[in-house]
This record gives sequence, structure tokens and C-alpha cells, in this order.
Amino acid sequence: MDICASMSGTVFRVLVKPGDQVQAGDDVIILESMKMEIPIAAEEGGTVREVRVAEGDFVQEGDVVVVVE
Amino acid sequence: MGGKEKLLAEKERIMRGGAQKYHEKNAEQGKLFVRRRLELLFDPGSIVEDGLFANGEHPDLPADAAVTGIGTINGRPVCFFASDSTVKAGSWGAKSVEKNLRIQEKAMALKIPIVYLIDSAGARITDQIEVFPGRRHIGRIFYNQVQLSGVVPQIAILFGPSPAGAAYVPAFCDLVIMVENNASAYLASPRMVEVAIGEKVSMEKMGGGRMHCTVSGLGDVLVQTEEEAIEMCKRYLSYMPKNFREKPAVAESLPPAEGRRIEEIIPDNQNVPFDMYELIERIIDRDSWFEVKRLYASELITGLARMDGRVVGIVANQPKVKGGTLFIDSADKAARFIWLCNAFSIPLLFLADVPGFMIGSQVERGGIIRHGAKMIAAVSEATVPKLSVIVRKCYGAGLYAMAGPAFEPDACIALPSASIAVMGPEAAVNAVYYNKIQELPEEERAEFIAKKRQEYAADIDIFRVASELIVDDIIPFEQLRQEIIRRFRLYESKDVSWPAKRNPVHPV
Repeated sequence: MDICASMSGTVFRVLVKPGDQVQAGDDVIILESMKMEIPIAAEEGGTVREVRVAEGDFVQEGDVVVVVE
Repeated sequence: MGGKEKLLAEKERIMRGGAQKYHEKNAEQGKLFVRRRLELLFDPGSIVEDGLFANGEHPDLPADAAVTGIGTINGRPVCFFASDSTVKAGSWGAKSVEKNLRIQEKAMALKIPIVYLIDSAGARITDQIEVFPGRRHIGRIFYNQVQLSGVVPQIAILFGPSPAGAAYVPAFCDLVIMVENNASAYLASPRMVEVAIGEKVSMEKMGGGRMHCTVSGLGDVLVQTEEEAIEMCKRYLSYMPKNFREKPAVAESLPPAEGRRIEEIIPDNQNVPFDMYELIERIIDRDSWFEVKRLYASELITGLARMDGRVVGIVANQPKVKGGTLFIDSADKAARFIWLCNAFSIPLLFLADVPGFMIGSQVERGGIIRHGAKMIAAVSEATVPKLSVIVRKCYGAGLYAMAGPAFEPDACIALPSASIAVMGPEAAVNAVYYNKIQELPEEERAEFIAKKRQEYAADIDIFRVASELIVDDIIPFEQLRQEIIRRFRLYESKDVSWPAKRNPVHPV
């Protein structure tokens, strides 16, 4: 399952690493955009397979930030 | 057979609808027979049906696959058009179209609401010259809807497909309720799409109820069962007057649901999100919330509620989603909801916590300036009582979009947590002092920036803003509900009009 950025912004915090277990609703990334903290959550539970961004990266709305299986 | 016997036999035949196998097929999908839907929606025994005998001379087209008439819902007369999907898949023939037109004309003449119960395969293509191009054909259904729009409430319930020709019926209604997995709307079916353009896509993905309620914005309310859909329709009508000349009925005043105090809900740190729903619950009468487009553009909340028993329309930013920023879809969602409330004399309450409209290349190329202008035009044109409450931050055109002072709100009031500015401290300092900051040695920059941000924050302090008569009052957190109730009571006699013109040239 691809977790995508809900809006364009900068990666503020990466909260997970490959191998971590996440449940539905857990935040995986916090973006900063429009001076607000924008939490990005996993819609379903699973294991983190890939983290595609690092803190400070710019992402467009819709870019995949974390892959969970 | 004598006349009386024939009448009874014919009525019985027609009211059974189509062949048993179609009833069974519907039941397997959780679909009710059309006449059962009408029984659930309307007060018992209240329906007066017209056109029962349409196409009665044809053995396989009872009522020409459509039921039309007037019934009462909680005692109030409402017109209806309902397709019977057990007869020719509920498709539209010349008689069903004529029945539709007549009941719409009835709604206009009587000035009462109309509900479209949709479950149809669309136009009967074999009969196309009788139903498609002419003056009293399907196009006229949409023309009538546009004429009815804003005169009386129009509601669409999609119990099944609303395809091709029929797809526009929901688009012209005020409220669209969709039953998940059964409801669909699309201009061309997946089969036709593959033939005409080569795309292979499923019905659900291209035109399903969930897609329309979350992505396209055609649907307003997504439900799981037909019974739920009917309940939502009845509930919605209780917030509406019967036509544009009247105001909604006043209900019993109820206290709000209990929970955390507003002061606790709003974080001190302007950049940390909170849940606007929690604040709304603290101020509206309990159990009075009716949300429109809950699943679409959820960074902006639109819904009907009661305060002290009186209907209000609430437009509120949701800081938990995208920081409460206004986007293209949220601007559209707000504009439409504002038009709805203005059409039916429902006062508007704006609850603002917005960092502004979204910026960046993606939204600019999407036309965010046009869409934002659309929302601001709707705010400007609304002549119902308008109350703007600045909950927390309210920056840039966000202030304009949320009925800020220049947009003739009856009042613009602020909570002590409010902060109004063209932009936030960080962005402002960066804009004004960029060159100066670059000239400073690196180790001095942080201190300089912090100092300038502090000065700016003092400048946008809410007491300064009130001192300049920009906001009309600052309200203690715990008095917010009472303040809104008192003000709306006093604004009830509001009677202002807009300059005469043929029509505005709206931003779209």
C-alpha cells in the first residue's frame, strides 16, 4: 500500500523505518506546509517496507512517501 | 369483464411492477421495490399518484417504469419521481419522461420540494427519437431542474445507476444521497468507454458511489442501506423550508453535547492542529448536525445544524486535515454550500482557523485563484445573516473567504486565541527582511529573525486588531455559543438586496 503526501510541503519528521509494524491510523510522516504540521497516517495496518523520503525533502501532493505491506 | 373488475385487475397488475425474477435480482443486491421505498419515505397513505396507467396498454411496461406523484413527509407535501428498476431496468421511455416533466411542473406550481428516487438504466436507446432530442424530452427534465433550483429544495437519492442521460439529475439537485455499491453515475458505461476510447475500468472505480462522494464531489452523503438513505432524505428536509419564500421551521432548543471546554480544545501553538468537529459539538444543539460532503475536501467542513432550535449553516476550516488550508475542491465545496443556505434563508456561521489558500505550482496550474474567487463571490453575494468567528489564525485570502470584515458579515467576532494578518509571522519576516537576513553573518540571523517575528506578532495581536475596529468584538471562549445564538436572533429581520443585473459573470 502506497502512503501518499496529502498536500505539497516539506518532510518535517519521519516516524517509521523499514520493518516497523504500523496500525491503521498511525502517523508515519509529519509534513510541514503552510506553517502547519500535517500528519500523514497509514490507512491500513502492516509492515513498513520502504521509506522514500528524508527530513527536509520537498514532496508534491500525491507523491508516495512510505510503502507498507 | 366489467369496468370495475378491469380497473381492479389493471391496478393490481401495474402496481406489481416487473417480472418476479427482477424483484428477486434487486433483493439480492439489497435493493427494495420502488413502491416499498415510497412507503418508507412518505407518511402512510399520503401518496396521490399520477400516471399509474401510463403505457397500460403495453403488457410489459407498467406505469412506464416510473412512479410519480405527491405525498407528505412529516406532514409536508413533497413531489416525487421514482424509477422502477423491475421494469425494463427502470429505463426512461416517452411516457416516463412526460410523467417526470409533469411532476416537476407540479412542484413549481405548488412551490413544494421534489425528490428524485433514481434507479435507472437511463434512456431507452431504441426509443431515442421519442425521448432524447425534443422539446419535451429528457433535456427538458434538466432545464426544469435548473429553473426549480433555488425555488424549492430538490433532492436526489441514488439507489442504483444514474447513467448517461440520467447522470445529470443528481448534478442539478441540492443534495445527493448515494447508497454505496449500488449507486453509480457516469456519462458512459465501462463497456461503452472501452469501445469509444479504449479504456478498461471498473464501474465502481469510474462512477461508483464512494468515488463520487470522495473524489468527484457529485455525491454529498454516502450511506450503506436504502433505509438509511431514506432517513437522511427525511432528516435533510426537516432543515429546509418548503420553498424560497419561507424560513426553515424552528425546532425544540437543546443544549450541546458535553465535552472539553473550547479553551482546552484550541492549542496555544498556532501550528498544531486540533479537531474542529470537537469545537462545533460544543456550540450546536446536540444531535442536530447534518453534514454535507463529509468525505470530500475534508479540510473544509460544511453542514447544517441547529442552535437554540434554529437552523444555521456552518462553514468551518478543519485544521486536522491539510492544516485547514483552503484548496480548489474546498473552495468549490464552500461556494456551493453557501449558495444552498442563501437560497433557503439559512443563516451562515463561519468558523475560521485557516493559514490561507494553498500555494505552489500544482494548485496554481489547477486554477486555485479562479476557484478561490468563486468562494469569495459566494460569500459576498449571500444576503442571509452572516457571522464570522475568528477561532484561531486567519491569514491572507482565508480571511476574505471566511466572510471577513470586508464581505458584509453582520459581525466579525474573535476568540482570545485569534490572530488576523496578511500572512503569518514566519512568512512575513521572510518576505520583508530577506535581503537584510542574507547580509547578516550566519550566527546573528536566528536572533534577528526571532526578534522580528516577535514584533510582527505584537502587531497582529487581536486587541490591536479590535482597537482598529477590524473585528467587532472579542468573546470569551465559554460564551461563544450564547453569543452566536443572541446575535443570530437579533439578525433575524435582516433584509438587504443585491444590485439589479441580468446575471453576474461568476468566477468558476
